Amino acid sequence: MDLKTLCELNGASGDEGAVRRAILDAARPLCDSVRIDRMGNVIAFQKGRKGDRRLLFSAHMDEIGFIILDATEDGLLQFRPVGDIDSRQAVSKYVLVGEKRIPGVIGALAIHLQSDEQYGHVLDYDGLYIDIGAKNRDDALADCPKGSYAYFDSGYEEFGDGFAVSKALDSRTGCCTMLRMMEKQYDADVTYAFTAQKQVGMRGSSGAAFDAQADDAIVLDCAPAADIRGVDKALKACEAGMGIAVSFMDRASIANAGLYKELMDLAQALGIPHQARRDTAGLSDAASYQRTKGGMRTCVLSVPCRYMHGPSSVIKLSDVQAQYALADAFADARKPLHK
Amino acid sequence: MLQDTLQKLLGIYGPTGREGQVVSALRGMLEKNVDSMRVDTMGNLIVEKKGKPGGKTVLFSAHMDHIGLVVADVEETGYLRVTNVGGVSVDNMRARHVTFGNGVEGVVMCQPVRDETAGIRHLFVDIGAKDRAEALSMVSLGDVCVYAPDCIPLGKYRLASPAMDDRCACALLAELLLSKTETENTIVGVFSVQEEVGLRGAAAAAYQVDPDVGVGLDVTAWGDSPEVKLPSVRLGEGAAVKFMDNSMVATPSVRDALIAAAERAGVPYQREVLPFGGTDGGAIQHARAGIPAGTLSIPCRYVHSACEVIDMRDMESALAILREYVKEPILA
Repeated sequence: MDLKTLCELNGASGDEGAVRRAILDAARPLCDSVRIDRMGNVIAFQKGRKGDRRLLFSAHMDEIGFIILDATEDGLLQFRPVGDIDSRQAVSKYVLVGEKRIPGVIGALAIHLQSDEQYGHVLDYDGLYIDIGAKNRDDALADCPKGSYAYFDSGYEEFGDGFAVSKALDSRTGCCTMLRMMEKQYDADVTYAFTAQKQVGMRGSSGAAFDAQADDAIVLDCAPAADIRGVDKALKACEAGMGIAVSFMDRASIANAGLYKELMDLAQALGIPHQARRDTAGLSDAASYQRTKGGMRTCVLSVPCRYMHGPSSVIKLSDVQAQYALADAFADARKPLHK
Repeated sequence: MLQDTLQKLLGIYGPTGREGQVVSALRGMLEKNVDSMRVDTMGNLIVEKKGKPGGKTVLFSAHMDHIGLVVADVEETGYLRVTNVGGVSVDNMRARHVTFGNGVEGVVMCQPVRDETAGIRHLFVDIGAKDRAEALSMVSLGDVCVYAPDCIPLGKYRLASPAMDDRCACALLAELLLSKTETENTIVGVFSVQEEVGLRGAAAAAYQVDPDVGVGLDVTAWGDSPEVKLPSVRLGEGAAVKFMDNSMVATPSVRDALIAAAERAGVPYQREVLPFGGTDGGAIQHARAGIPAGTLSIPCRYVHSACEVIDMRDMESALAILREYVKEPILA
């Protein structure tokens, strides 16, 4: 399944149904077993030719989005983010609300009407609303009842020198890589976990990890890139177009030192574009796999992503290819390079 | 002896996530005196001294790791940019001598900062490299440096050193495993990893060992220096039996068994209520469907600095308590 199709599906934390269905359909013909667990993760298993290693690959299905709390008497929807979204990225964006995909726009006072004090102040979610052009509260809630999800209406586009922009690259890129891996069969037994509810605290993966039968877990995610204007060379974290970013640690997990070296050496040996992720910000599902029950060796392979957690995240497609190449090479390795 | 063991352990490189050298040293110390020894997936060293049938399994956990700075990037000029591994304070880290696992030495400095408080991002490490290429020939991205070993005696009974948190408890646990203990209970010593980033190693270890009772061994903060009042724990007045911290409310039957052991041993002890922080005891208590757990603490001043101070009399008190405690690890 291509990245465009995956990114254009809506699936915020807890509302992953559409993504789940698409992944189920794609995975069923390629795997020995595919199931949905109680957290809503899709767990696909492919028996290896030899079964000499037990590997798990994991990517989260969910994206950031919004949820409707209520409507004002004049029909404006009150909402909160699902996952962390900078409210400055939300203002004036087109959104689609609820199951009927009602179009709306995130509203705020026009610049003409703002006082100097208002202009200097960042609007928080108490100060923002979604305008769906409703007559009144009842009209608004009829189409968009409380608890409806809303999504940035920003689709997926490819542009420039091999870049792509979308709302849901994090981490449909990882889902896309895993669906591509499934087309092969490896010597190793491979479990593919498409996890739910990562953006609200790695909730899906904690369930997936408890049931998993694997020794090593490779998490495929996105990492914030700071290769943008005004950032010092030594503070860029990771750079789009410079290859797959391998993490030595993030805020929730420390990569197994041997596994990290194995992946870096493998990329080096095979000429797969790669970079050490030069920052430890953010969380990933690796935390769950690393220390649920007796723990697994873990490492995260991230696609560098500019403007993450907003309507218009940007990646370079060659980095997704590098993510696939390294994950595939690791699954394919005849024997581990280090132990 | 306790102090020799401690001083040996204090000199070993072992930041969070990079504890391998400590594992090797402990293996060497313990191998002839225990029944089994293994290293798990996360890197915890799990050591067992078998008791008799019908005895309980008692898990003790002391963490091997200590805080450090991880190399995140390197400037063209050869200076290392870093971020914290565990609870690093900029004030404590500034102008300090640090060392890497491969022996490379460095000094930590802070760039001039205007109109804001200095943060970790303002720190840099000077390892004497002339440019980025030379620096990267000495260290790699992801390498972690720690305060260089520097243990000094203070007065008659006290020692100041980096990594006292938690090598003093590692020494205590090693001595407990080395000594003859008259008990039917099985003693499992866990030398845990990654405590400083959230009790990560102990959680996985407790799941695997599945003990009847678990005890965290760690330092606790102090309440006896200028303008510091809490917790009301003082150096030299005995090991501290924890009642509560941010990670746990000690299981009463374990906490009281520690107190009873101190009283049987006839050594001084203190009661500790810590209004912050956490120890492996908390992770053990929440493992599986819950495990009765407590914590025995060594009072330690200036925790997470390069000069963490303990009093050897508190260490002796703790060892005496543990030797008694293993006989009756949980009150009926």
